Amino acid sequence: MTARVGVVTFPGSLDDGDAARAVRIAGAEPVRLWHGDPDLHGVDAVVLPGGFSYGDYLRCGAIARFAPVMETLVDAARGGLPVLGICNGFQILCEAHLLPGALTRNQHLHFRNRDQVLRVESAGTAWTNAFQPGQEILIPVKNGEGCYVADAATLDQLEAEGRVVARYVGGNPNGSLRDIAAITNSAGNVVGIMPHPEHAVEALTGPSLDGLGFFTSVLKHLVGAPA
Amino acid sequence: MTTHPDPVRDTPEAYSAPAQPTEPLAQPTAPAAAPARPATADWTDGVDTVPRAGGTPGELQPYTELGLRDDEYDRIRQILGRRPTQSELAMYSIMWSEHCSYKSSKVHLRQFGEKAPHSDRLLAGIGENAGVVQVSDELAVTFKVESHNHPSFVEPYQGAATGVGGIVRDILAMGARPIAVMDPLRFGAADHPDTARVLTGVVAGVGGYGNCLGLPNIGGELVFDPSYQGNPLLNALCLGVLPVSRLQNKAAAGPGNVVVLMGAKTGRDGIGGVSVLASATFDEGSEARRPAVQVGDPFTEKLLIEACLELYDGQLVVGIQDLGGAGLTCALTETAAAAGTGMRVWLERVPLREPSMDPHEILASESQERMLLVVEPEKLDAVLKTAEKWGVLATAIGEVTAPEPDGRPGRLLITWQDHLVVDVPPGSLVDDGPVYARPMREPADLILLQADRAETLPRPADPEALRETVLRMIASPNLADKTWVTEQYDRYVLGNTVLAQPEDGGVIRIDERTGLGVALSLDGNGRYARLDPYNGTKLALAEAYRNVAVTGATPIAVTNCLNFGSPEDPGVMWQFAEAVRGLADGCLELGIPVTGGNVSFYNQTGAAPIHPTPVVGVLGVLDNVADRVPMGFVPRPGGDHDQLYLLGETNVELSGSEWAWVTHEHLGGIPPQVDLLREKALAELLAEAARVGHLASAHDLSDGGLAQSLVESCLRRGVGARIAVPEQFAGGSMPFVYLFSESATRALVSVPRGHDKAFAALCAERGVPFELIGVTDPTGGALEVHGQFRIGLDELRTAHTETLPRLFGGAAAVEVPAPAAGVAGAVEGVPLPGTPAEPVDASEVLSEPIASAGPSPQTGAVDPVGSEQPGESSESDPGAAEPSPDER
Amino acid sequence: MPRVVVDVMLKPEILDPQGQAVANALPRLGVSDVASVRIGRRIEIDFTGEPDLDRAREIADKLLANPVIEDFTVRLVETDETADARS
Repeated sequence: MTARVGVVTFPGSLDDGDAARAVRIAGAEPVRLWHGDPDLHGVDAVVLPGGFSYGDYLRCGAIARFAPVMETLVDAARGGLPVLGICNGFQILCEAHLLPGALTRNQHLHFRNRDQVLRVESAGTAWTNAFQPGQEILIPVKNGEGCYVADAATLDQLEAEGRVVARYVGGNPNGSLRDIAAITNSAGNVVGIMPHPEHAVEALTGPSLDGLGFFTSVLKHLVGAPA
Repeated sequence: MTTHPDPVRDTPEAYSAPAQPTEPLAQPTAPAAAPARPATADWTDGVDTVPRAGGTPGELQPYTELGLRDDEYDRIRQILGRRPTQSELAMYSIMWSEHCSYKSSKVHLRQFGEKAPHSDRLLAGIGENAGVVQVSDELAVTFKVESHNHPSFVEPYQGAATGVGGIVRDILAMGARPIAVMDPLRFGAADHPDTARVLTGVVAGVGGYGNCLGLPNIGGELVFDPSYQGNPLLNALCLGVLPVSRLQNKAAAGPGNVVVLMGAKTGRDGIGGVSVLASATFDEGSEARRPAVQVGDPFTEKLLIEACLELYDGQLVVGIQDLGGAGLTCALTETAAAAGTGMRVWLERVPLREPSMDPHEILASESQERMLLVVEPEKLDAVLKTAEKWGVLATAIGEVTAPEPDGRPGRLLITWQDHLVVDVPPGSLVDDGPVYARPMREPADLILLQADRAETLPRPADPEALRETVLRMIASPNLADKTWVTEQYDRYVLGNTVLAQPEDGGVIRIDERTGLGVALSLDGNGRYARLDPYNGTKLALAEAYRNVAVTGATPIAVTNCLNFGSPEDPGVMWQFAEAVRGLADGCLELGIPVTGGNVSFYNQTGAAPIHPTPVVGVLGVLDNVADRVPMGFVPRPGGDHDQLYLLGETNVELSGSEWAWVTHEHLGGIPPQVDLLREKALAELLAEAARVGHLASAHDLSDGGLAQSLVESCLRRGVGARIAVPEQFAGGSMPFVYLFSESATRALVSVPRGHDKAFAALCAERGVPFELIGVTDPTGGALEVHGQFRIGLDELRTAHTETLPRLFGGAAAVEVPAPAAGVAGAVEGVPLPGTPAEPVDASEVLSEPIASAGPSPQTGAVDPVGSEQPGESSESDPGAAEPSPDER
Repeated sequence: MPRVVVDVMLKPEILDPQGQAVANALPRLGVSDVASVRIGRRIEIDFTGEPDLDRAREIADKLLANPVIEDFTVRLVETDETADARS
């Protein structure tokens, strides 16, 4: 049976189509979810895509967090549903307290879009089990508020528990503390990542195919997970 | 986030039988015709009504301050048979402005139609919101470029942001989903203090709006020249795609249909132009509340796009028009005039951001993110529901009315709280505006300017000087790496960007099933146009055409944005006329039509106009984007390499060149020759060669000549090259000429070994001059010109990439991926000029039979680098030219 | 030592998408009696010596506010008051 992976569209979501395409290329069935509908329609996993939900006015992700779909999603994520938040999705996960810390304005104050090398630090999550720990991958980064911050105790805890999922290599594009590009919750089912794996799934349009691993990982995870 | 309460909806009976002010309708031109209310000299509830205007013919009106001439004002009175009301005067002053009426340019722009080559592809052309070109049985694309120059100088961020927003709505109004943007930008001198203010704001604004809208930015221009110091140019292009069956139009057809305003509330944005029209109350501080600046809200625009597309797909609208520079005035009059219908509008139904707005302010407001829809009454509920789903306001503000019984077009009647404030024939504002054949005269200084040729300037004549010139040129602001700017734009969103800046043209896939795609490039050269506006414009067309062709696409359509000084200056008007003639002639020669465009006049500081700057956009089609050809040399495993060919002829053409400007601050002479038939032959060759897989890379030659193209192709993927200057360019300063001449109709291509014979034969067959000039050098890490210099790629990269971060800040923040070695290290590693590490025998290159431009058999040809693998290799597989994902 | 506080607000007639987005979100939190929200910036300036309001005004005019679209006000605040406002 094909896995069904939900992709949420908020007003202002931009990479929802790209996320759905990546899910499809990975071999799963993308299911479009609407911010105003609390029903998750029985999906096996959810992607919160990039964009500027609600214009990202006030703080990025601050308003999206209160969308009806998020009420259901937060409970489901706490219950083990795999959730991947990309860019704006990462910001929403932090605002919803599914992940610790926050994403603030890039240190250099500019929006920056470039092809970025990451080192996968943890292959133990639902979204990164297709990688080898220490593997370097190339995927696009593009954000204006992607600087990951948290207090020292939280950062130490993330490091100690192996919850830093990926780090920037060869230049930190936004000033994130400890070069953090992606983190996970303690259960490993919720991952937030600032760069965009969904933009690295086709040779013609991406800098590599490295992004596909995030989407094949969750399929592998679902097969292995108890029904 | 709910739909605005709508009086029409709430009280349908009032809507279906509106209280029509019939008297003025019946006898529109008779001022004395029984007015609906007694005419008095007093303000009626604070507004200047039609009856009042009829009764006060002698009242003085500030038409001069509104930019109307005496004869224009007289004409308005003649059309109306009375003086205009304040609202009407505001409307005429806007619609008859240069910006809206094209009154100075119209007589020239006609050539685009008269000289247009026949095209079966054109579904909508000049006069529509944007031209629409069919690209397959089911799909069409639409594209247009517009200027937002003045606002971008006043408030760079918002000026640029709303410039992007405006062109996106034009594309949306055609029924298309916007899928990409591009932005040609021109600023004053790079090191002028004000340039940093304007540039950083404009770039952040273009990015801020486009990124938030989810549109990839796939290319543009960045040009610095002192002539733009007080008048920067922000041109913005948007590309959209639509199923052919979804094409929309703006005609407000069908009397009884509902007129709906959808999107943002209306505020006092950009009404500075009509601020001389005093409010009846003459309240204090009325100046303070009239901003000239519009503020963009890309989030609302994103919702507006999704809502409109859903309306189109549900076939819920009859007609649609975006609200642009002239706001409601333009949208109401153009939609009605296009259908020949009339319209009845209740202005108080327009949702306002500031309740105290006067009718003329509502009509003139340039508030962003608004669309006007024409909807059948039975579909109104569905329309409002869609708007509510996307959280945008939608409000019925009026209805379409029938033409006059005698067949004449209907009238536009606008009331404000039951007072009739506008009663006009809509066509009189749209089509009957003034048209001027303004005086033209060749600028008096042109002859002297043209006589002062750059070909006589001192040139570098030894290897050391040439090496320094290369490094200086690639670091000069106009030729330097533009990453500092383009990194601020999202080029990945939507997942269909196949090529984007710094490639010659942007390439977007529009059909994932078939791989169908389009290529786009925008180009202009103000210096060339200053020296010769006719040929300078043809050169801009040629460059954009070539930039599309090098991607492997076939050019099919043209758009333009014509940026000039004041049309009241006969010299400027002459430049404009010459530019239009050049573009129209050029399109005829190339056989591709102009589908639309934009004119921006009055770009000047005091009496000094900008360089005439026609920016030309060319759109091409790629049947399969997998065939696209990138500009960068391709890494090859195992020391293999590709062969480098220079296509086209190089002449001694330095006038107007980047070199003359950078090294001598010189502008004079006549620009390079342009031959569009040869340009066409080159494009056809490139398309065919791309299709059969002969090309590993292709790069246009333009500003900065061959040297610039070589450096860019090397740095794109870190692959070096070794070339030799042909015999006829040996000696003295001739190697310099070969590297820096800006002769047109040239391209630098790399051809995988195994394809070279077939490629050479194809060039010969197509009559395109070609010359084998060297090879790529994937392992050498340097660009080497035999007998002249060798420069390490790290040194080139440092020179090329440091300029913009140094000028515009963030040098520390913008960490260009650190080259393996710094400047000093790279210099150390480079042998002295003239002593190349791996000598190449130039005579071998030059004696290469293939280099003599003949189709002679290549047997026995000497491989210029003496590779151990002559002839065929595994690289003969066209697919091998395809970079593996990891390499890209 | 008193501190100078500069409040920068968009001019009333300028569109404030940020405030609008917040206002639109409030009903979802069960707040229905808010007519409008506008968002500005507060900047706190500590002088090395006596607080200088004219100097602060100059700074605000030249740097902190964009006079094309923004207004600002300058006032003195006791530092403990600022602390209170924060708590």
